[in-house]
Amino acid sequence: MTTLTPDNLQDAASANLADDPRRRAPLVTGDQDFASVTETVTHLALRKPPRAWYIAFGISMALLGLLGVLILYLILSGVGVWGNNQPVAWGFPIVNFVFWVGIGHAGTLISAILFLFRQNWRTGINRFAEAMTIFAVVCAGLFPGIHVGRLWLAYWLVPYPNQMAMWPNFRSPLLWDVFAVGTYATVSLLFWYVGMIPDLATLRDRATTKIRKIVYGLLALGWRGSNRHWQRFEKAYLLLAALATPLVLSVHSVVSFDFAVSQVPGWHTTIFPPYFVAGAIFGGFAMVLALAIPARQWFGLKDLITPRHVDNMAKILLGVGLMVTYAYATEVFIAWYGQSPNEQFAFINRAFGQSGWAYWVMVTCNCFIPQLLWFGKLRRNLWLLWGVAVAVNVGMWFERFVIILSLERDFVPSSWGQFMPTWVDMGMLVGSFGLFFTLFLLFCRYLPMVAIAEVKTVMPQAHAGHGDKQYDDVETDESGTADYRIP
Amino acid sequence: MTESQVDNPTPDAPVTYGLLAEFEDVDTLLHAAVGVRDAGFRRWDCFSPFPVHGLNKAMGMKDTRLPRLVFGGGVAGLGIAVAMTVYTMSADTLDVHYALQSYPYLISGKPYNSFPAFIPVIFELTVLLSAFAAVFGMLGLNRLPRLHHPLFNSERFRRATTDRFFIAVEADDEKYDEPAVRRLFEELGASHVEVIEDND
Repeated sequence: MTTLTPDNLQDAASANLADDPRRRAPLVTGDQDFASVTETVTHLALRKPPRAWYIAFGISMALLGLLGVLILYLILSGVGVWGNNQPVAWGFPIVNFVFWVGIGHAGTLISAILFLFRQNWRTGINRFAEAMTIFAVVCAGLFPGIHVGRLWLAYWLVPYPNQMAMWPNFRSPLLWDVFAVGTYATVSLLFWYVGMIPDLATLRDRATTKIRKIVYGLLALGWRGSNRHWQRFEKAYLLLAALATPLVLSVHSVVSFDFAVSQVPGWHTTIFPPYFVAGAIFGGFAMVLALAIPARQWFGLKDLITPRHVDNMAKILLGVGLMVTYAYATEVFIAWYGQSPNEQFAFINRAFGQSGWAYWVMVTCNCFIPQLLWFGKLRRNLWLLWGVAVAVNVGMWFERFVIILSLERDFVPSSWGQFMPTWVDMGMLVGSFGLFFTLFLLFCRYLPMVAIAEVKTVMPQAHAGHGDKQYDDVETDESGTADYRIP
Repeated sequence: MTESQVDNPTPDAPVTYGLLAEFEDVDTLLHAAVGVRDAGFRRWDCFSPFPVHGLNKAMGMKDTRLPRLVFGGGVAGLGIAVAMTVYTMSADTLDVHYALQSYPYLISGKPYNSFPAFIPVIFELTVLLSAFAAVFGMLGLNRLPRLHHPLFNSERFRRATTDRFFIAVEADDEKYDEPAVRRLFEELGASHVEVIEDND
C-alpha cells in the first residue's frame, strides 16, 4: 500500500493535500481528461476483473450460502434456535438490524448533505458510498423480517384493507420503523439509480458484447445527454438531496424511538435520536473508509479517490467520533444528575456489571482509537487508517449490543438473566457480511463505481474560460469548481 | 403514419431527423449554442457528457416546472398519511365495507387520535411521494425511458457520453435549411457535421 513519502509528495499529491486557503486542491489528480476519466471507471465494468475479485466473491458467496441455510433452519425450527429469550428478547437480530441500518447512513449523507453544502470532493466517493448504503439497508431489512417469527406474515406490517378488518397500530415505534426504513430504502435506491443513469449510458455506448449493450441500454432508459434533460435531471437531483437530508436524519431517530419510547432504564432518554444519528454516521463513514481504501488501490482509482478524499473522510470520522464520545459522556452525566436509582444502576451495571467487557470494547473502539486521527502523519498511513475504520465498525456493533444488554437487568431482580448468543446467532451475523459483500462485489464488477459525469463537472476543463479557445460571447465561469485547477 | 411520412413520396426511403454538429470543448459548445439560439431556431438541443454550467442560459431555456410537481407529490403524501392514520386509529365506525372500516382500539389509555404519534408516518410518506414525483416527474418530462432515438444512428454520437459535445437542429424546425444550418455550424466552430436519418 502507498504511504506518502517525500518522493511522491513532490507532484500532484502535494498540491492535493496542501492546506493553502487561497486556492483549492484539485479533485482529480494525474493528467486526466474527460476520456481518461471515462476509461478509468468503465474499464472496471467492461473488462475481466482481477483474480482477487473472484477470490473475494467466492468467500462472500460462501458466507451468503451460510446465511441462506441458517434462515431455512430458522424457518423450519422457530426462533428458539437463537439466544433470544426473556429478559433479552431482542438479542442479535435487533443488534444486527441497528448496526446495518446505521452503516447505511453514510451513503446518503455523502450524496445529499455534502451535496447541499457544495462539498465537491464528494463526487469521487458518492457512488459507491450510496451503493454501500443500499446493500447495508438490505442486510438491515433482513433481520426484523426474520425476527417477526412467522415471517410469512411479515406483510401484516403494511397497512392495507384486509379481510380481518384490522389496521396496524400507528402509535407504535415499531410501525414507524417500517415506514422510516421502507422510505429510506426506496429513496436511497432512487437517488442512487437516478444519479447512475448518465453513467449507465456511458457504459451502454462503450459496451462490446450484445448482452451488455442490451442490459446497459435498458438500464440507461435511452439517456442521450440532452441539455434539456440535464436541466430537469439536475433539478430532480437537487430536490432529492433536499428530501433525503431530513430523511437520513429521521431514519435513525425513528430507530432510536424503538428504544427511547419504552420505559427500560438506559433506553428511556431524550438524547437517543441525535446520539443514534451521530453513531450511524460514524459507523457508516468507517465502513466507507474500510471499503474505499482497498478499492482505490485494487481498482486503480487513485486519481479519482485522491489522498485528499481519504484525508477528508478521516477528519469526518474523527469529528463524528467526538460527537459520539460526547453523547456517551452526556448519557452517563444525566444518569447521575437525574437521580433516578434505576437509571443510575443501569449505567453502573453497563460499565461494571456482568457484561461490562462489552462496554469497554465499545469505549475503546469508538472513543479512544479514533483519537489517533488527530495526527496528519497517522491519517496518511493507510494501513493504520484502515485499522481505525475497522475498529470503529467493531465498536459500533458493540454499542448496539451494549444497549440491548440493558435488558439483562430490568426493574425486577427476579427477571434478571444473562444473554448468550447461539452458533446460529453468530453464523447469521457473519452471513450478513456475506450478503453485503456479495452485493458490493457485484456492483464493483458491473456498475460504474465512480460517478463519471459528476467527476467531470469538477474538472477545470468542464467550465467556460478554462480551455484553449476564448470567445467574446462566452462568460468565464468563475463560480462552481473552476478554481479547482492547479495554477 | 407520422406527419413527415405523409410528405415523403417514397415511404421506404429514410426521413431526415436533422443535422448534428460535433464540438471539441465546452467553450466552443457554449459559443455555438449562443449562435444557434440567436439564429432563431426552436427545435434544437445540445448534448454533453455532463451538465455544462451556463448552457441553459446560452440556449435561452426556461426554468423547469419539476419543483411544482414535487410539491404536489409532497402535499399528496401528507394528505394521504394524515387521512390514513387519523381515520384508521380514531374514526367512528362508518357504514362501509368491513375492510375499509376504521379500527380504533385502546392502548395504555392513550387517546384514539394520538396525533403526535402519527407524525413519523406522516413525515415519511410525505418524503416518499415527493421523491416519487421528483424521479418519475423528471423522467416523464424528459419523455424517458425510450428504446431508440434517431441520434443513436450516428456512430460519432456515442462520444456524447464520454468527451464530445453536440448540437442537433431538427428538420421539423421552421427555419431548417440544410445547407444554411451546415454553414452556421461550421462558422461556429464545429469539428464535424452530419445528417441524421430517422429510419424508424
